[in-house]
Amino acid sequence: MSQKTKIIEKEEVVIRFSGDSGDGMQLTGTQFSDTSALFGNDVATFPDYPAEIRAPQGTVGGVSGFQLHFGHKEVNTPGDFADVLVAMNPAALKANLKWVKPSGTIIINEDSFTDRNFEKAGYESDPLDDENLADYNLIRARVTSLTKECLKDTGLDQKSIIRSKNMFTLGMVYWMFDRPLDHTEEFIEKKFKKYPLVVEGNKMVLRAGYNFAKTIEALPYNFSVAPAKIKKGIYRNITGNKATAWGLIAAAEKAGLELFCGSYPITPATEILQELAARKDLGVKTFQAEDEIAGICTSIGASFAGNFAVTTTSGPGLALKTEAAGLAVMTELPLVIVNVQRGGPSTGLPTKTEQSDLMQAIHGRSGECPMPVIAASTPSNCFEYAFSAGKIALEHMTPVILLTDGFIANGAEPWRIPKMADLSSIEVPIAKEGDNYQPYARDKDKLARKWAVPGTKGLEHRIGGLEKMDVTGTVSYVPENHQVMTDIRSERIRRVANFIPDVPIKGNEDADVLVVGWGGTYGHLTTAVRELQAEGKSIALAHFHYIFPLPKNTGEVLSRHKKVIVCELNEGQFAEYLRAGFQDIKFKQYNKLQGLPFTVLELKERFNQLLEEK
Amino acid sequence: MTDTILKSNSPVKLTPKDFKSDQEVRWCPGCGDHGVLNSVQKAMAAMNIPKEKFAVISGIGCSSRFPYYMDTYGFHTIHGRAAAIASGVKSANPDLEILQISGDGDALAIGGNHFIHAIRRNIDMTILLFNNEIYGLTKGQYSPTSKQGMVTKTSPFGTIEQPFHPAELALGAQSKFYARSIDTNIKLTTELVLAGSKHKGTSIIEILQNCVIYNDGAHALITDKETKDDFQLTLRHGERMIFGKNKNKGLVLGGNGKLIVVTIGEFGITDQDILIHDAHNPDPHMAWLLSNMTAPEYPVALGVIRDVAALSYEEKMVQQIKDVQAVSTIKCMDDLLNSGDTWEVK
Repeated sequence: MSQKTKIIEKEEVVIRFSGDSGDGMQLTGTQFSDTSALFGNDVATFPDYPAEIRAPQGTVGGVSGFQLHFGHKEVNTPGDFADVLVAMNPAALKANLKWVKPSGTIIINEDSFTDRNFEKAGYESDPLDDENLADYNLIRARVTSLTKECLKDTGLDQKSIIRSKNMFTLGMVYWMFDRPLDHTEEFIEKKFKKYPLVVEGNKMVLRAGYNFAKTIEALPYNFSVAPAKIKKGIYRNITGNKATAWGLIAAAEKAGLELFCGSYPITPATEILQELAARKDLGVKTFQAEDEIAGICTSIGASFAGNFAVTTTSGPGLALKTEAAGLAVMTELPLVIVNVQRGGPSTGLPTKTEQSDLMQAIHGRSGECPMPVIAASTPSNCFEYAFSAGKIALEHMTPVILLTDGFIANGAEPWRIPKMADLSSIEVPIAKEGDNYQPYARDKDKLARKWAVPGTKGLEHRIGGLEKMDVTGTVSYVPENHQVMTDIRSERIRRVANFIPDVPIKGNEDADVLVVGWGGTYGHLTTAVRELQAEGKSIALAHFHYIFPLPKNTGEVLSRHKKVIVCELNEGQFAEYLRAGFQDIKFKQYNKLQGLPFTVLELKERFNQLLEEK
Repeated sequence: MTDTILKSNSPVKLTPKDFKSDQEVRWCPGCGDHGVLNSVQKAMAAMNIPKEKFAVISGIGCSSRFPYYMDTYGFHTIHGRAAAIASGVKSANPDLEILQISGDGDALAIGGNHFIHAIRRNIDMTILLFNNEIYGLTKGQYSPTSKQGMVTKTSPFGTIEQPFHPAELALGAQSKFYARSIDTNIKLTTELVLAGSKHKGTSIIEILQNCVIYNDGAHALITDKETKDDFQLTLRHGERMIFGKNKNKGLVLGGNGKLIVVTIGEFGITDQDILIHDAHNPDPHMAWLLSNMTAPEYPVALGVIRDVAALSYEEKMVQQIKDVQAVSTIKCMDDLLNSGDTWEVK
């Protein structure tokens, strides 16, 4: 289609779509990333949107963004800085200009660059006149009026016409990167199946945008990003929240149990409940509870009754679930508590990312109340770690906290689809009719008690929050027994370490600097370390997924390097935790609390500084 | 009625003794809970349900020690949360027969939210609400049902709070089954537990219970030998609302929409003028009037006040899963993993 234009091969490209939260930028970004993934690129995405559904139009606070990074090589982050920024209004330009690479391309919707909108965005004059923009390739497109013009004879109402303007910019960007339109056309056909006029209109606008970019030669050349060399297999795009939901369903299927999810909607965890609610075909039972407490309590009830039970939440919701989590520890019932971390205490920054619930997850309960804590690190491996959380919960008869965060929960990436047959088995210690059942009798290896499911003849027993006598499970206030039971509760969680993999190290075992991370910072840390390694720097990465208990080789890994720096999106909670466990090692910290992920650039700067320090 | 059920030739041969656990019952001597425990064990033995199908779930409080004294599956949970936990148990395993035990503090204060939402969803379980109008386990503080002005350890000058009428709260949450008994009336409590168990959906049985230590005599007017006949009205579906020592008092509906206590034989009133109890009336208006009657102005209504059929939550949940499964092409996790937009890298 664009045979006359010179094509430049690029290794990787970052695009950021931005506009009012009602401008359809999330959809536009998702379409571009899906198309790129289908084309064979490696892709990572980062939706960045305000908490308000329709924040005041035209203001910086109401800007919704979607950044995506696609490449010919391995892509681990949504990218620090954009090659292309689409700004649907002055506020979007203002909010995002700092994220555009020098000499990058900026596409603006010229129709929205009015005095009124300058004022709303807090500009004193037309920013396009500002000479600072001279360093960029600025493309002025009258997106709204061109869309209107294109659809004027279709009979579509004005509202629908204006709504489809995001397709115009998508078409433009498709031309710039030599992408096919068919995936998005099929998407439009499916989405608006009931409204043929809307289908036709959207497709016309998409093509109009494509042709407009071609006609004006939006760029002197168009870029091509060749497919990445990725492992053979069947792929799909997946977000972290969907992968979490699917990992939980997979664990239930593997264990041969019904899945029950008692939960209460909370940003940014809600999509897990939504996805599970949609999976009635797989027998998933979802219970939208009256509050966070009932979310976990219904799940504890379901666990008592023999289902694989899970509850999903975000930080403040985890705080509300705390007391009931203690009951699950006391009664030693399997349960997965998913905490999709968000920014700040209280309501904080509900749509932004942070890793500041680590201490809450490890310690935030009354009494000595240990439970395993694990963390996923990429959108797609939420599947793997949700599955793992289920396996640990069911095999060790314990509640498990799975930490993800807003960044990986909303982010998407291509994922090589696993086969259920390849996933490890889950052996659930269910007591059988005829067993000489004692509620707190345990197996030797895991110290797990057996699960006697109500309905099983002859195994009637009582459990509850009061301290129980070892083995028999009757209520006990005997002082020595409380010591015994406390020790067992602690020891059996420590023994989970015997069943988890070692923490892998990326780089040389004798590297000068060891970067330590956990959870959703993986993409940025691994990219920064890889780039420095390519520059010949003596640096390695140990990234943790199993937080409590830690993998058995942790001490050995941490003690091999001259300098250890723990990087996390909090004030240093993992660093503090490691200090408590490994008092001879000096841990440096790199922390950020802006509701945003690290940038590779800032990480590299800090690591270089550390490499140079004597 | 109870006796005939108790003597029914059930294939599951159980006696009340089969439901007694080996744990020593630790309620205070004279506590009303003892009577309720006996009633429940009697009712369960008559339910024709195998022992392993029962799950007894409680919150925290004196009455919530209940599961430990029952030789069934039991769960002594946390304060206020029993209704939520029981909701999960029933949803996870609809075959179980759920008995949920709560006190007035547990169900109506800290657990008020779960109480009303369990009723709203109509999850099939029988909730025994022990109402002694006091916090017993924490040694005597006022509860959400304590009468206004009552002096307790946390209201040394009398409470200034309006009490809840549990029935009013339940009816506001669209309760389909509401019954009331007295701890000492083992026959009636047994009968009501059986009726609650038979009812599909959330059955509330309020038991006026006496705390001998911290609120002795809270229900004295209704329970004392001398006065009880004049201040109790045991409702039976299809029967006239007649009560009193001499069976000569009854209820009629006044022109202002209020219930009026009348005496048969006075002012030309005959028993034909007395209201007939219709527990199955879907309109909750009369149930509201009856359940809110308080002594001494009225007799307190006992028995099954409301019993209206409706689909239960878990019946609808199971049906919805069946319906979706019948039409979905996704039958297992591998199907789901490979559904929608996928592509192959060769």
